[in-house]
Amino acid sequence: MAEAKHIQEEGQKLKAKNFESDQDIRWCPGCGDYSILKQVQGIMPELGIPKEDIVFISGIGCSSRFPYYMNTFGMHSIHGRATAVASGLKASRPDLSVWLVTGDGDALSIGGNHLIHLLRRNFNLNILLFNNQIYGLTKGQYSPTSELGKKTKSTPMGSIDHPFNPLALCMGAEATFIARGIDREPKHMRTILMRAEQHKGTSLVEIYQNCNIFNDGAFGGFTDKQMKKENSLYLEHGKPLVFGVKEDKGIVLDGFNPRIVDLTSGEYTPEDLWVHDEKCRNKANILTRFFDDPSLSESLPRPFGIFYQEDRFQYEEALYEQLNFMKEQKGTPDLDKLLAGSNSWEVK
Amino acid sequence: MTQVQHQLEKVTILFAGDSGDGIQLTGTQFTTNTALFGNDLSTFPDFPAEIRAPLGTVAGVSGFQINFGAVDVYTPGDLCDVLVVMNVAALKKNLTRLKERGTIIVNTAGFDKRNLRLAGVEEGQNPLLNNSLEGYKVHEFDITKLTRESLKDSSLGTKDRDRCKNMFVLGFVYWMYNRKIDSSISFLKTKFSSKPEVLNANIAVLKAGYHFADTCETFSNRFEVKPTKMPSGSYRNIIGNQATALGLIAAAHKSKLDLFYSGYPITPASDILHELAKHKNFGVKTFQAEDEIAAICSAIGASFGGDLPVTASSGPGIALKGEALGLAMMLELPLVIVNVQRGGPSTGLPTKTEQADLLQAVYGRNGEAPIPVIAASSPSDCFTMAYEACRIAIEHMTPVFLLSDGYIANGAEPWRYPTSDTLKPINVTFAKERLDTASAYLPYKRDEKLVREWALPGTKGVEHRLGGLEKDKETGNVSYDPDNHQFMVKVRAEKIAKIADYIPEQHFDTGSVHSKMLILGWGSTYGSIKTVVRDLATEGIDVAHAHLKYIQPMPKNLGDLLAGFDKILIPEINNGQLITLIRDQYLVDAQPLNKIKGVPFESREIKEAILNMLKQ
Repeated sequence: MAEAKHIQEEGQKLKAKNFESDQDIRWCPGCGDYSILKQVQGIMPELGIPKEDIVFISGIGCSSRFPYYMNTFGMHSIHGRATAVASGLKASRPDLSVWLVTGDGDALSIGGNHLIHLLRRNFNLNILLFNNQIYGLTKGQYSPTSELGKKTKSTPMGSIDHPFNPLALCMGAEATFIARGIDREPKHMRTILMRAEQHKGTSLVEIYQNCNIFNDGAFGGFTDKQMKKENSLYLEHGKPLVFGVKEDKGIVLDGFNPRIVDLTSGEYTPEDLWVHDEKCRNKANILTRFFDDPSLSESLPRPFGIFYQEDRFQYEEALYEQLNFMKEQKGTPDLDKLLAGSNSWEVK
Repeated sequence: MTQVQHQLEKVTILFAGDSGDGIQLTGTQFTTNTALFGNDLSTFPDFPAEIRAPLGTVAGVSGFQINFGAVDVYTPGDLCDVLVVMNVAALKKNLTRLKERGTIIVNTAGFDKRNLRLAGVEEGQNPLLNNSLEGYKVHEFDITKLTRESLKDSSLGTKDRDRCKNMFVLGFVYWMYNRKIDSSISFLKTKFSSKPEVLNANIAVLKAGYHFADTCETFSNRFEVKPTKMPSGSYRNIIGNQATALGLIAAAHKSKLDLFYSGYPITPASDILHELAKHKNFGVKTFQAEDEIAAICSAIGASFGGDLPVTASSGPGIALKGEALGLAMMLELPLVIVNVQRGGPSTGLPTKTEQADLLQAVYGRNGEAPIPVIAASSPSDCFTMAYEACRIAIEHMTPVFLLSDGYIANGAEPWRYPTSDTLKPINVTFAKERLDTASAYLPYKRDEKLVREWALPGTKGVEHRLGGLEKDKETGNVSYDPDNHQFMVKVRAEKIAKIADYIPEQHFDTGSVHSKMLILGWGSTYGSIKTVVRDLATEGIDVAHAHLKYIQPMPKNLGDLLAGFDKILIPEINNGQLITLIRDQYLVDAQPLNKIKGVPFESREIKEAILNMLKQ
């Protein structure tokens, strides 16, 4: 069962519609989740994986209702534990394409422990981390990614919790694939999702998702037509780091320190810039630290795209190698021999 | 061999020393040898929670008790005949457990000034010198010195030489009971195959102890406990946790499923993980999870994937698994949860035994969340009940609790092991592929047992979504409908209640409806109760003993069986938990006998309670 049977039969090409379940979608009108659902349903036929081999696992929260809307196998588990459920599923069934849908509260607060352990084990599955910087389903408390000083129902005087930088956390947990997308850039999201599925190992995709009820505009700096090009940096492997409305700014790396340079003054050309390399862990670490508040002047732009990708053995691969090795060493299992043990005696 | 052979029916030996003295190894070696010799036996290892508790102190004493006999043995014995002590702390802690006129074998090296001080013995109160051991048969040897002398030519350092002293004791006791030392020599050869110096030293000291006993003229006779007349069959020695592991493997093998075992290290359950990890050739996937919650959740994931999922822990870990237990119950997927109970509450007494998690197993979840609960009654019964837990989980699509405890999990006894063809078949049925998808697949449609189908990912046409939200009675879709919720709560309860049709009826272990009273036990109290009831029978007092192995649901005939008695005694190693369930379900006026000291019942305690009740 260890080898994936990811091939659809000829002439049975599925459409996005085949992946829609018969359930009414119950997210608030205008929620960023709709866009993500549409893109996920859209790429499914492209993957060439039979529908019955796909499983969506989620925890608890708005995002975690996702599996109900996918006409695949699915499990809406308990708060923070989708990561653990998916690990067990992958260990039992490496042949399946497993997608984990979680949110900032689910993955980074109650489920923080399982997330880091899943990443280091590197099971071959895809994590979609919907980050809206708020608890939506419980009606608007600050989350572990909410900015400092955030005023919510539970923090009337402003939050005094320093927020997580989710991608830096995941790098620290030895993740092998790290990417960031945003609900308002569906085409870009599609590319990332396709790459995430192709990656062998745990793919962590953080998706900025607007909660228009409790945290509207949290990512306005990256979606607003006027501001987004100034504040966002779209990463492409092998391409220099260029951004700005007129693609007039670039990033150079002085030692460990990134610096914004002006490409119009003539002092710098694109050849002088930092060239993105998905395989470079050190640079990826620095990129995850591009985490400034976009409203501040001189802030580094927020990167989107694939930060890092590494080929490393997957847990289930090693697990089955051990099983097969022992089967070869010890031959066909003999239950009677096992029950008898090495020191038995007969009573007549 | 000039000595007289002295026949004994039953002997209890307690080995005790510092936790670094190798007492557990001495005990298990003597146990294996005793089992191979053909005696019935029961053991009780008792050690501190700390790996290296403070040297020489009473808190650091490790003990291993074995009761073996030419007759049936059901418990490790109450008081011992022979107490072997490696230091003064071991004597101080265990002297009250020695019979009057019992034998004490003393390592005098452990009674020096330093040891006396560490054990908190006041100056001038050395028990070897102050006549306090009068009335016992005391044999004093400087075992440390004798060990060193027998290793004069060894290249090992003093520390390593001194480590061999447990072998001296073992050799000595082998001689006392007229045993051969071969089983331990072959054990040592495997254990130290890569360390020839250590191997030779251990063998030399083992032999030295044996020969010393022969020549020291301390004993005018050797003892012999004849092999027990046991029913014919093939036997081996088995420890409870090991039996649990084998039961799980056997169930996976018979059901042709892969075993997925997920656990987080915890005393006293970890040995199940250790044992299973040795048997990967049986397709056993062991997963050491990052915490207790991940352990159960990964098992739930593996169950969704079609493996036989198991997780084990002890009380504190089970508490952490609570929410996921509710999920597994809602999903109606197979799952076995083993609770090797220990002293609670909270962290409690990790290395001591207790039966205080029964109500946690029966009730410990939010909402109406019934889960079957079964319990093992002895080390070897762990095999039978682990197998049963898997059978019920698979055939009834439900999580199942298996309760064991520290006493039977670490205890050993001879086991007449079954052949694989005699094990009950386990029926696994997966949902079949559906090519006609005009109608929706109904994942929560139930059969006559009220059991739903196990529909695995990868099966065409049965795609469905599961979850912890209340679900529609057939489609499994989220449902907030009030009538549907009431229906689902009732049907889930009825499904578990119906399992009573698929488990054995309750029988009397001893006695009958005509007996004067009934002792109703569960779990590890089996041996103590059985011993008492048998003793009473020889005194002409007819008392019945029924031992409950299926606790939720209870056997169908249990109510009728209980109704036949005016007097019912329920002994438990807790503050009264089974009795709460029994009174609740059957409205009978049963009486409790509770011991909450972290140790099993002594037979005399149960006997006293019975005699008191009979007088009333």
